[in-house]
Amino acid sequence: MKTKYDNEMNLEILSKSCNEAFARIAVAAFVSGLDPTIEEISDIKTAVSEAVTNSIIHGYENSEGIIKINCKIDKRKIIIEISDTGKGIENIEIAKEPLYTTKPELERSGMGFTIMESFMDELKIESILGLGTKVTMMKTIKENTLD
Amino acid sequence: MNINYDQANKLLTFEITEEIDHCGVEKIKRRVDNEIERYIPQNVIFDFDQVSFMDSAGIGMLIGRYKVAKMLGSNMELINVKPNIRKIFEMSGIPKIIKINQGGVN
Repeated sequence: MKTKYDNEMNLEILSKSCNEAFARIAVAAFVSGLDPTIEEISDIKTAVSEAVTNSIIHGYENSEGIIKINCKIDKRKIIIEISDTGKGIENIEIAKEPLYTTKPELERSGMGFTIMESFMDELKIESILGLGTKVTMMKTIKENTLD
Repeated sequence: MNINYDQANKLLTFEITEEIDHCGVEKIKRRVDNEIERYIPQNVIFDFDQVSFMDSAGIGMLIGRYKVAKMLGSNMELINVKPNIRKIFEMSGIPKIIKINQGGVN
């Protein structure tokens, strides 16, 4: 794999909810080389968990599909892409609104995108109805000043 | 999850020991609802001391349990919430609905 980044990894998982923990732990382990704080790691794990859960519940609506996770490191910046080939999002602006959910019967809080947006520096959502959704999240890990 | 019921004080405590995500909440929901309906306690406490991870699935789960508790006349409170999880609660407005006891030392 040729890359212009300092490091890169790809992960493909089945859209099973028991894979959520694996996905967030794998991403956390991948970025650990940048020496992030506990808070930064926690923010990244939560954001990854939200994106993967969205693909499982909304993208694939609990049917079987593949979720791709691509992580890149560019100096101190981590770029995480999480994509599915599920049903896509009809209106991204509405989906991003805090507390908006299409699945209140599942006791979903509608906070997924809000959490991704606040816990990461940048969030980009691309979606085509019937084809799938790709979420790109970026965060710069601060230089550890204690060294 | 460890469950303890203090009959004298009608106090039902859930000590959550697992990570709270979409995968884990269904089991937690079922057990909590069963216990609340069984004891109809005066107070329900969720102890977060051993919860290292929670995402937005936890928010929906807690609001759902709050509704069950309220319907049965029980008060609900969260204790020992770590800063990373408190942040998610604050973002979602949970502290306006459910009491979070600051007593934890984390």
